[in-house]
Amino acid sequence: MKIRYRLRETLTGLSFIGIWIVGFLVFTCYPLIRTLWLSFNHVRITAEGIRTEFVGWKNYNDAIFLDPQFGDTIVTYFAETLVIVPVIVAFALIVALLLNVRLRGRGLFRTIYFLPVIITSGPVLKQLIDQGATTLPGIQDIIEMSRLEETLPELLADLITYLLASFITILWFSGVQMLIFLAGLQKLDASIYEAASIDGASKWESFWKLTLPALNPMIVVNMVYTVVMHSIFSLNPVIDLIQKAMHDPKYGMGYSAALAWIYFLVMLVLLALFVFAARQRESGR
Amino acid sequence: MIRVSRGTVDRAKRIVWGINGEGLVFKLLVYFLLTLIGFVYLYPMFYMVTYSFMDTDDLIDPLVTWIPSGLYWENFAKAIRVMDFHRTLWQNVLVSFLPAAIQTVSAAVIGYGFARFRIPGKPVLFALVLATFIIPPQITMIPQFLMFRDLGLIGSVFSYLIPAALGQGFKSGLFILIFYQFFRAVPKALEEAAQIDGAGAFRVFATICVPMAVPAFIISFLFSMVWYWNETTLAALYLDGQLKTLPLQLQNFAAAFQKMFPADPNYQTGQNLNEAILMAGTLLGMIPLLVVYFFTQRWFVESIERTGITGE
Repeated sequence: MKIRYRLRETLTGLSFIGIWIVGFLVFTCYPLIRTLWLSFNHVRITAEGIRTEFVGWKNYNDAIFLDPQFGDTIVTYFAETLVIVPVIVAFALIVALLLNVRLRGRGLFRTIYFLPVIITSGPVLKQLIDQGATTLPGIQDIIEMSRLEETLPELLADLITYLLASFITILWFSGVQMLIFLAGLQKLDASIYEAASIDGASKWESFWKLTLPALNPMIVVNMVYTVVMHSIFSLNPVIDLIQKAMHDPKYGMGYSAALAWIYFLVMLVLLALFVFAARQRESGR
Repeated sequence: MIRVSRGTVDRAKRIVWGINGEGLVFKLLVYFLLTLIGFVYLYPMFYMVTYSFMDTDDLIDPLVTWIPSGLYWENFAKAIRVMDFHRTLWQNVLVSFLPAAIQTVSAAVIGYGFARFRIPGKPVLFALVLATFIIPPQITMIPQFLMFRDLGLIGSVFSYLIPAALGQGFKSGLFILIFYQFFRAVPKALEEAAQIDGAGAFRVFATICVPMAVPAFIISFLFSMVWYWNETTLAALYLDGQLKTLPLQLQNFAAAFQKMFPADPNYQTGQNLNEAILMAGTLLGMIPLLVVYFFTQRWFVESIERTGITGE
């Protein structure tokens, strides 16, 4: 009797999630495997259809060691993400803390800060960057004045220049993260802070000892979210190379597939690094 | 000498500094920071709006930086023609509203299934749902493209609709998670009462759970719509120029402009593409979403609290 009831529940449940299982197999699982398989082939599109020729690791070898562009681009992407993700998450946290102060008109600020999430598409942002709309007057001067290139290692100097130049872009990518932190902050129990302040804890102390640990799950979520958003945003030059290779008969879809897999693996490494770092911080306490 | 009593001093101190350090000075400081950050956020928008109204003389004149000498609408007229604005707008609505609606419905069904029923292997399946959020579309797009090409769906909105209907659209994992969290918070007692009255699982879902989840539906639809609207990588590949979107038109703006207004070296400079026209085009591409945001901003900024997606 009980087994029959269980079976019926399972079948009903499957009738709800069945569409997802089919979709996952057809549109995610199969393409993932096929991309992997294509990445080991030289792919040509002929009149009769797709011709594949197994070439082993050649595509990967070419991409990493021979392609003059891809190697540089992926290293830059890795370094930029490593720097920009903590900056975005920290900024989102600071703004969320400010917005959590009980003030008149904070709803308006929240609306303004979230606006970029709505309007930011690749081409819109590209136009704004190209026409100089995202460079605050003065920041360019700071970059030139400090002459970072002379005193600092090149990669670090490039990164600082990148951070300053894309300052507005950083703000524009923090909307959702800000809301996630804000929701977390609003759930915190006010009485704990009262107790802490009676025990003589300053606001500064209670931020580090109470607020931050309570927000740790949200920090992890935001790190993951930011890495994914930053990676799949259409202005990421890596995506551009994948797309170009796909249509370029010189490279073909096999090569493009290899680039896509390298890019995915680098992204997974980044995700693992950030989740690991956030966990370390938690257990190190 | 005016003698000020200690009580007055204390009261003044309290107003300025507050009891918990949330007094006037603190609030003013927070206001100052919020305004400063707000200005930085909106700076590109101000820049875009002012430049889009400048004529060629204003662009060259170093004295004109923030306020154009007049409202020069010609930039918009040109940008509208270059982007084929009216037709593109409706096509863009088609390829964002429709997939968003379908994706929302399928995410609700799937999310409900995960929230309510005991299914063997559910944790693994749900982990895979979340994993689909991390998998970049670029890694599945080549086989998907080939698949759609074989089915003759390239250039058709169905290349968006079919994955969306099966819970594999843009960021589907996120929307399934929203509904999962939402339906888990709904008490089971109501549904059980309906079940005893003999309603089947789908009837219970459609008549009892869906009406309760209206906020989740609105929020999912809005986010999904915006993300479909702004997508360009997959749009360029799957829609193949047969269905146009405003972001794609903006991407090809320079080339389309050159085609429509060929540069003539003997002609005055006004015919050439300048940043004012580009900014007008960018603003035009943004306006539909700005209008949507103006009317629905509460649903956006309160989305996280209302769906309880961060969990309890």
